Amino acid sequence: MSAHLSIEEIAHSQKQLRRKKLKLFAFTLPLLCFVTLAFLAPIATMLYRSVYNPSVSQLIPKTLVQMEQWKTVSGKMPPAEVLTTFSLELRELAISRESGKLAEEVNRVIPGSSSLVKSSARKIKRLSVEALTEGQGQQLLALHKKWNNPLLWSGIKAQGSVWTDRYYLTATDLTRNQMGEIESRDTQIYLKLYWRSLRIALLITLLTAILAFPLAYYLANTSAKKANILLVFVLLPFWTSLLVRTTSWIALLQTNGVINSTLQFLGIINQPIEMLYTEFATIISMTHILLPFMVLPLYSVMKSIDPSYFRAALSLGSKPMPAFFKIYFPMTLPGLSAGALLVFIISIGYYITPALVGGTDGQMISNIIAFHMQSSNNWELAAALSSLMLGVIILLYWIYDRFVGINNIKLG
Amino acid sequence: MNCKKIAALLLAGTCSTYVAAEKFTAVSFGGAYGETQQKYMIEPFMEETGHEILFENYSGGIAELKAQVESGNVLWDVMDIEVIDLERACSEGLLETFPMDTLPDGDDGTPAAEDFSEAALANECGVGNIVWTVLFAYNHDTIKGGQPTTVADLFDTKKFPGKRALRKRPQVNMEWALIADGVAKEDVYTMLETEEGQQRALDKLATIKDDIIWYDSWSQAPQLLNDGGAVMVQVANGRIFDAIRSEGKPFEMVWDSHLYDLDVWAIVKGSKHKKVAEEFIRFATGSKPLSSMPLVAYGPTRESSYQYVDKEVIPMLPSSHLDEGLKASSEFWADYGESLGEKFNEWLLK
Amino acid sequence: MSRFPRYYTPLQKLGALSLSSSAYMVLAFLMLPIIIIIPLSFNAEPFFTFTDGMLALDPEAYSMKWYAEILSDDKWILAIQNSFFIGICATIIATFFGTLAAVGMSHSDMPFQRAIMALLLSPMIVPLIITAAGMFFFYTQLNLAGSYLGIIIAHAVLGTPFVIITVNAALAGFDYSLVNASQGLGAKPTYTFFKVVMPLIRPGVISGALFAFVTSFDEVVVVLFMAGPEQRTIPRQMFSGLREQISPTILAVATLLVIVSALLLLTIEYLRSRAERIHSGEL
Repeated sequence: MSAHLSIEEIAHSQKQLRRKKLKLFAFTLPLLCFVTLAFLAPIATMLYRSVYNPSVSQLIPKTLVQMEQWKTVSGKMPPAEVLTTFSLELRELAISRESGKLAEEVNRVIPGSSSLVKSSARKIKRLSVEALTEGQGQQLLALHKKWNNPLLWSGIKAQGSVWTDRYYLTATDLTRNQMGEIESRDTQIYLKLYWRSLRIALLITLLTAILAFPLAYYLANTSAKKANILLVFVLLPFWTSLLVRTTSWIALLQTNGVINSTLQFLGIINQPIEMLYTEFATIISMTHILLPFMVLPLYSVMKSIDPSYFRAALSLGSKPMPAFFKIYFPMTLPGLSAGALLVFIISIGYYITPALVGGTDGQMISNIIAFHMQSSNNWELAAALSSLMLGVIILLYWIYDRFVGINNIKLG
Repeated sequence: MNCKKIAALLLAGTCSTYVAAEKFTAVSFGGAYGETQQKYMIEPFMEETGHEILFENYSGGIAELKAQVESGNVLWDVMDIEVIDLERACSEGLLETFPMDTLPDGDDGTPAAEDFSEAALANECGVGNIVWTVLFAYNHDTIKGGQPTTVADLFDTKKFPGKRALRKRPQVNMEWALIADGVAKEDVYTMLETEEGQQRALDKLATIKDDIIWYDSWSQAPQLLNDGGAVMVQVANGRIFDAIRSEGKPFEMVWDSHLYDLDVWAIVKGSKHKKVAEEFIRFATGSKPLSSMPLVAYGPTRESSYQYVDKEVIPMLPSSHLDEGLKASSEFWADYGESLGEKFNEWLLK
Repeated sequence: MSRFPRYYTPLQKLGALSLSSSAYMVLAFLMLPIIIIIPLSFNAEPFFTFTDGMLALDPEAYSMKWYAEILSDDKWILAIQNSFFIGICATIIATFFGTLAAVGMSHSDMPFQRAIMALLLSPMIVPLIITAAGMFFFYTQLNLAGSYLGIIIAHAVLGTPFVIITVNAALAGFDYSLVNASQGLGAKPTYTFFKVVMPLIRPGVISGALFAFVTSFDEVVVVLFMAGPEQRTIPRQMFSGLREQISPTILAVATLLVIVSALLLLTIEYLRSRAERIHSGEL
């Protein structure tokens, strides 16, 4: 029978399919390469930087090799030869003006040692190699009593390891003690910021959902002509620059801004209310900025729901409220979840708006990442913090893809 | 002279001016300060030498500098840098060393080494440009309870009710908190090195935490004072001076325990225009160009500049109030800037 | 109350009324903040709020001076030029790569479709602060930070997901038998692509390109981390303006940007209605 294909025919069609797949793949390949090089590689470099920290081992390689034998747990000072080698290497660094790099690295484990390393380097520069070799490190110990502290040396040793989990520990408010055990840090800040970012993101998601629901419902159930006109008012904010919308909120919320002066004019308040540079400012302006992301998917889902279901439930004697929650609401869930995850993912990593209107209590984790990138220069910590946030985002992205499907993202 | 010689000379002349006209980038902090530098340092230098300078703003800090030098992609040549960053940048090898012996004498003939204040030439990487300071100011129209005169008054919300605006960082705030708590100025930094001292400063700040508005950039301070957002603000003296002098605002500066520091011209390591950059720094730190700095209330670092300065303005310069103030310790902040920064942020979140 | 069906109970009428009023309130919440900056940008005083004169409609309280200030400020002019230059270059790259990839991706025979799609869309999902931090490290090593090329590449990558999504949507109703027919009639693949495929997906490509352009035009975090002083864009200039010296010039720029986005919106909507008509066979 002709329905049965011969082996040759199957092989031929498989070959054709393979060729077709290859051809399709060839279409995608240029972009795949482009995205890999221009986007994925930078992200990978950053992940790498959060665990790979070679600078100390490049600055004082010999000292670190000699330190391998020395046990930090012993609580004793490293042997004299280590001190000698370190003095010589510090002298080299002072001459090539790189002692500051070492100082900064050591200062990260033991705050207060930056000036110690730098000033010692300046003084040791004046001594000769011979004198330092002969002195067995005594000159260094004489320079400052801090050099006699074994803790400092174990700090240098710890910082000297090329691969490190230290930045991840810091990013989760942990640290490693003298014995190498993990314990919580004195300063507790990053977890708090993660929680705050999650809380703010959740609140914004909730607010956008509450605001978007009646609007989307109204748009979906009014005449098509009216809906199209009103949709423009949703889409215009969507297309308007983020900076413009943030600017408007600054104008509205300022001490002498539009809202305060209106309220004062109406006699509702006597003194202007502090609104700008607060968490409230971050939340309200981000709710405004992200609202279209919630309205649009909800609207497109609601439009496809046949209103007769709801009416049928009503005519069968169900009360409006239960009918709404049992019949209508579940049908809107695909749109609601799509909007919610989108809003949540976007808001958790937001930087610009909190930076401009947030003040102190409106800051989120992205602001501290920017702080470590731009002000404190602790790039490794910034990388670790970013990686953790990326982890959260990828998890959410996976959930999104799992339940909604990444292909279902629609625009405009 | 024969024609050939003239032609050769002419050719050499045009060639040398062609080679000499370089285009390089200088960065500074903008605002009224930057405008004054533009007018009295950048433009006259371009006019005089024919070089072209791209004069840009940056927001301080050394992150961009570090990125440029480490990648070998040096975009800036000359930069105006705060001493607090200079120490770090210089010891990390991010800046070129400057040949101090090439600095010109003052207009009155004083040799440069004597003319400049000691602090201005203290670092091998840069030449001091101005003395500037952080102080607090209040608004005559909105202040209640009299006139604040000391840092302790800033922390006294009973006597002087109302919001205080402080810059959101540990620097200056920690020092002031200890001083307001009764610590002598000279002991402030030794005390801040200890755990107890740091806690004491934060505890003192906590007493007024509910009345503090935190801001991010100096320009916000005069605005907050003006629009009634705060009755007292911490501010760089130049910004408040500008508001008083050119806008006639009813603001008053309080010099008690102000924290002064220097700004320095320095050359980025690996700059392709090192020679011209040095030439520019020699020009910009001359007696005359430096004497323009009091226009924005910053004190020139060389004595011979003061002959050109308006006598009325001199009392409003930080250089006239050094006794009341405290020199910000760049060494301390290099040591504790990061750890205190984290602690401070933690405290803010409480 | 003739707007409601006659069989509505008073409670239902009240419900419908509160629904429509809350819908309009949300719309007002969306629109008012954007509209409010337009009159404010004509403020004669350097404030971000309405003065008494403005409320009294005194013509003296209004002025065009902030618009004049944009034109006389070299920094704004440079920023405007940069924004368009970078935006257009990034759009061309993003549209080219994105359309090509979408053509491959939309076919069900595409191998590893789901995984590759996730990868290609990732620039849209990863928070900009992370992207910017990563690019800062990587692009400085390649000497691309502080150059136009670096910013253009970065913005192009950020724009590609939007092109893929819109072109994919345009291809969703695409009938592949048309390609077979064209090739069966002896047309070369490139001819088929430009003469058969392209006209049908053109609205999708154009709206994707517009999305890519807006992504670049509106982007500030990457610019903040990577751009040198010569590559300042409009949003970057606005950002430092809002952080440093707040002046109504920013409101004037903002007003102009609202007009730009309104134009973009009209274009997109026109394209969409056109695409719908193509799909429903009217064109």
